[in-house]
Amino acid sequence: MSSTSTATAGPVADSPNRTLHAWWQAAPFTLVFVLFFLIPLALIVMVSFWDFNEYELLPAFTLRNYFAIFEGCSTLTEHGDFCVSLSTYLSTLKFSLLVWLITLVLGFAVAYFLAFHVRSSGMQTALFILCTVPFWTSNVIRMISWVPLLGRNGLVNQSLQGIGLIDQPIEWLLFSDFSVVLAFVHLYTMFMIVPIFNSMMRIDRSLLEAANDAGASGWQTLWNVIVPLCKTGIIIGSIFVITIVMGDFVTIGVMGGQQIASVGKIIQVQTSYLQFPLAAANAVILLAVVLMIIWGLTRLVDIRKEL
Amino acid sequence: MYGPMFVIFVLSFQGPEGGLTFPMRGASLHWFRQLAEGLGTVDIGAAFLRSLMLGGVVMLFTVLLSVLAGLAFRKKLSGGNALFYVTVASLIMPSIIVSLGIGLQFRLLDGGLKWLLEAVGATTTLEEYGTALGLFTSALGAHLTWTLPFGLLIMFAVFNRFNPAYEEAARDLGATPWQTFRHVVLPLIGPSVVGIGMFGFTLSWDEIARTSQAIGDVNTLPLELQGLTSTVTTPAIYALGTVTTVVSFAVIGVTVGLAMLLGRQKKGRVG
Repeated sequence: MSSTSTATAGPVADSPNRTLHAWWQAAPFTLVFVLFFLIPLALIVMVSFWDFNEYELLPAFTLRNYFAIFEGCSTLTEHGDFCVSLSTYLSTLKFSLLVWLITLVLGFAVAYFLAFHVRSSGMQTALFILCTVPFWTSNVIRMISWVPLLGRNGLVNQSLQGIGLIDQPIEWLLFSDFSVVLAFVHLYTMFMIVPIFNSMMRIDRSLLEAANDAGASGWQTLWNVIVPLCKTGIIIGSIFVITIVMGDFVTIGVMGGQQIASVGKIIQVQTSYLQFPLAAANAVILLAVVLMIIWGLTRLVDIRKEL
Repeated sequence: MYGPMFVIFVLSFQGPEGGLTFPMRGASLHWFRQLAEGLGTVDIGAAFLRSLMLGGVVMLFTVLLSVLAGLAFRKKLSGGNALFYVTVASLIMPSIIVSLGIGLQFRLLDGGLKWLLEAVGATTTLEEYGTALGLFTSALGAHLTWTLPFGLLIMFAVFNRFNPAYEEAARDLGATPWQTFRHVVLPLIGPSVVGIGMFGFTLSWDEIARTSQAIGDVNTLPLELQGLTSTVTTPAIYALGTVTTVVSFAVIGVTVGLAMLLGRQKKGRVG
């Protein structure tokens, strides 16, 4: 730290010297994001137009990768399905939408309960911490912890058979769409609860009393007062959940028994075969889809203003 | 949320004949011993150490850089808005894309370096040169793009509640900026700084997606664990799960304790 700007600190707050000073402090932080975020992103876009063979990348400008991804997508296959890429993107979107809906309802309900039904703030903190504790365990472990429950001979099937509800074990419990969505919800509802809870705690309680005095029913208060005031939290939570699910390949891999495809999974497989330009082209498309969703969501609220 | 986790802990103490599910066949530490001896070709111990080291370094960098950036953002920082948006973008960018980008970057760097070595005729160096991808280059960078946004957001929250009057008082008493920071600001933000460190470590400790393409030849523990889910079918994998969870909780316990200690010191000093 230099001593030149110290003596008369107050009045010179906006001098160029101080701005420079601030930038020296922010420089390492900025450097990390330039080196490991902005440059890599630029490279992905660049490489997505490159050519490649089995051994190396060939600098070029070609749209081959993009064509390869959507090859044969203009018509339906003979079984009446979409082509592989398109159906993968659709299924990834399907998972995002499902998980988003479920986590939104669950997260909102939990946050609502914590914010409005728990009276003492000590209890509130305690319950809140109780919600966050599992978050500190590795995702993979929380995923595989479902296996002994949902498996063919798992607890759920054993119990159901035990009480005589079913004769055969239910097969679709594990390594299915169901288990994938279940794991997602289990893993990421937290990302909904925290921001929604945060917005709810900022709501002035007198507004609720006012609504009550004005004769609003519980549902009316919820819909016309609480939901609009929690919009920021809901949007932030939604962005988190949707971007995570869109890019995920670990959860879908483990809980889908490596049988269900997702865009993230495709990218991962392509890189493991060193098909970097193809993977990059997929990443660019995925990025475009995610950005469109986020753009749509942020039209609804100014996030920077709310922080 | 606790149910499935609890099942894992219980099942990791299965007897030697036990399988992946209930019923339990005896109780033992058999699978933990198996784990210590290594599972086939996978060297769990080394992966464990690597994860631990990487987590430590990430923690250090996260604390240093976020506190510095947090301080910078309190002043007039032209271009600060752009930096903020980049930070948030990094937070919500699908991890696989960041990971792929960093992997590509280092592969291209490899190509460039090899070409350069060939051009200057340093053949021995060329033969020994493997890749620039590694634990403390690409993987460290990948982890920082994930931990730093959390660090910065915490710093924002901290400085929003921070009363600058204390600093002015220190300045009026003739303290240098460093003295002001060391004796006034740091004790006040101490507990949060510890919190940022904890975030840094635990986020790095569990990270898979960002590491996957950016780590090179070696693996961290979560990556090994992910790989094992499709190949290993014994409760040893549960034992591994239990071990990593215990480490997570130990780190959190220690840091929460430290934060409370710092908080108490602060109270003692102020009041």
